Amino acid sequence: MSSPQIPATSEPLRLHVPEPSARPGEATDFSYLKLSPAGAVDKPPVDVSASQTAPLTGQLIRVLDDNGDAVGPWAADIDDAVLLRAMHAMLKTRAYDARMLIAQRQKKTSFYIQCLGEEAIAVGQTLALRDDDMQFPTYRQQGILVTKDVPMVDMMCQVLSNAADPLKGRQLPIMYSYKDYGFFSISGNLTTQYIQAVGWAMASAIKGDTRIATAWVGDGATAEGDFHAALTFAHVYRAPVVLNVVNNQWAISTFQAIAGGENTTFAARGVGYGIPSLRVDGNDLLAVYAASRWAAERARSNLGPTLIEWVTYRAGPHSTSDDPSKYRPADDAQQFPLGDPIDRLKQHLIKRGLWSEQQHDELRAELDAEILRALKEAETHGLLGSDNRPGAALMFEDVYKDMPEHLRRQRQQLGV
Amino acid sequence: MSGIEQNNTGGTPMTMIQALRSAMDVMLERDDNVVIFGQDVGYFGGVFRCTDGLQTKYGKQRVFDAPISENGIAGAAIGMAAYGLRPVAEIQFADYIYPAYDQIVSEAARMRYRSGGSFTSSLVFRTPCGGGIYGGQTHSQSPEAIFAHATGLRTVMPSNPYDAKGLLIASIENDDPVIFLEPKRLYNGPFDGHHDRPVTAWSKYPDNLVPEGYYNVPLDKAAIAREGKALTIITYGTTVWVAKAAAEDAGIDAEVIDLRSLWPLDLEAIVTSVKKTGRCIVLHEATRTCGFGAELVALVQEHCFYHLQAPVERVTGWDTPYPHAQEWDYFPGPSRVIDAMQRVLED
Repeated sequence: MSSPQIPATSEPLRLHVPEPSARPGEATDFSYLKLSPAGAVDKPPVDVSASQTAPLTGQLIRVLDDNGDAVGPWAADIDDAVLLRAMHAMLKTRAYDARMLIAQRQKKTSFYIQCLGEEAIAVGQTLALRDDDMQFPTYRQQGILVTKDVPMVDMMCQVLSNAADPLKGRQLPIMYSYKDYGFFSISGNLTTQYIQAVGWAMASAIKGDTRIATAWVGDGATAEGDFHAALTFAHVYRAPVVLNVVNNQWAISTFQAIAGGENTTFAARGVGYGIPSLRVDGNDLLAVYAASRWAAERARSNLGPTLIEWVTYRAGPHSTSDDPSKYRPADDAQQFPLGDPIDRLKQHLIKRGLWSEQQHDELRAELDAEILRALKEAETHGLLGSDNRPGAALMFEDVYKDMPEHLRRQRQQLGV
Repeated sequence: MSGIEQNNTGGTPMTMIQALRSAMDVMLERDDNVVIFGQDVGYFGGVFRCTDGLQTKYGKQRVFDAPISENGIAGAAIGMAAYGLRPVAEIQFADYIYPAYDQIVSEAARMRYRSGGSFTSSLVFRTPCGGGIYGGQTHSQSPEAIFAHATGLRTVMPSNPYDAKGLLIASIENDDPVIFLEPKRLYNGPFDGHHDRPVTAWSKYPDNLVPEGYYNVPLDKAAIAREGKALTIITYGTTVWVAKAAAEDAGIDAEVIDLRSLWPLDLEAIVTSVKKTGRCIVLHEATRTCGFGAELVALVQEHCFYHLQAPVERVTGWDTPYPHAQEWDYFPGPSRVIDAMQRVLED
């Protein structure tokens, strides 16, 4: 028998399935983003406790205001050279993506993923790190490689899966691996790299090294169990790692609320694990750089992990296999209130006297030409599916360090 | 020759637990990049005591406790290996390894391949497996087949203390990811499947001597646990002892092959024996369908067909979860092996 105080009847229960505020043909209400004015959010000392950062996770750290001025406590000193390098890397990343998208449409390869609109995050963080730190990226951080000046031809050969592919034809396009550039092998299985980054950082601490790790994940993939494991381990062992969550609002067709972003923030997740956490404007290169430096300093000072949610917008399709016009308003990216990261940095650089519209256009043209030249060179090594591809015998190598007998027999069966 | 029989000239009597601990001790001493972590392995020394004393000896930076998170343990170990450490991570029971399967199969097993050889996963996952301890369906499983099936992994299972130490040292030194399955029914003494008879502890076992220092047992060599001419029993782990007991009980001159390394495996040892005897049984404790025995039967068929005088028999656990009260009905004990031997010899 139920207690008499508990009513015997009540209304039927309902399942709540979150929805974005708009679908194709409608206008998105971006008020859910809970923006803060530029310069309005405090900058705590690096030895802050997780709970002290709780208020920050409901705000948004921004440095660039609408006039292109750098304002507030996060407007750190930043060398002109760093800003110009950031502009170069962001423009180059965008130009590279645009060219490789065309190459995919021309059937030179099977697949491509661009990072349109998110360039400031990978570029800004990379500029805030040391060259020998190790980043554990997703497939939308090609900006790291561009910032580090990985040879374009080499990256293109991976995308084209041709005879000069450094990954020997084994990986889907854009699943790069550049150990020498501090860029971990990309997995198609989401979030696996998050806990691996924590493990790498633990190893660095075990060895008394000074290198730190960064982990990257999108809003959607925070729902994976490895995210929980990573935050737990990072906190338990005070691992020297920066835990990035790139909230670009969309995981293929599912809105960030389906990953658990409704009425909360992804930054707020970190606080519950005991990890100081920030929520930052990801389209603001200066904010990205400042927050990344803050988190890197924490890691390098044995203060442990920092979780940073980067608020941005996936301006393009998820991949070349996706059509976002089927599930979100076509002009969403243009309406997104944090604007375009390149336009915003350009405005700031011009205001600072470092840049001009003419220089901007000239650099774009120069980069387009450089990338086209690189692609022509990469194509001399072959295209996906052409005869000029990695040999079939390579398929059997690197499965084990030394090829076991059964693989030797199978290679012989194939006749290679 | 089994490890025990070929090494009875020097060493100390050890249980399999002591032998495993000795292996880790030796490798922690020899290689600063070896670290050990897992649930309860640090201060407490492991629920089976395999790491007892190692944290005291080597410190918390080298031997430490982990959260109850198998995917976390596996993922962190892979990250450590990418850094250049050689982690030896314990998964407390093989029955709990499934949350780590994605990390092991999609990540560790393919790291070298997918990165063009630049990143590697030189690590060991140690985990107790098998039943016979009234562990019920969550403390008794033998999941070797799902790891042997995943290319890029080495899957290893010792059957005695000497091999346990030598194989674990070889696994830690090896540059591929290794799934190191420890038959927990053998931790404290050999078990021949006669659950109704008194158990002999390893310390009472005359051949059980384990060298104190460094040695290894190669990862690509099977052992002949019993020489014979009448038929071949291919097995590994606990059922090596079951096979030997069945041969003695029935007075059948069976040759017992202890694979030790399940995959990659010592095909030559199998082919040589089956061509000699012309009759073959595969024996394991795991469930039958798509079990590792199916692969063994296929290999025997491919390589020894014209030498076979009878169909190859499988003696395995039933295709049920590992039960609690019915443990000995499930366990493939000597009587089931004897029945199979008689069928194979009739043809």
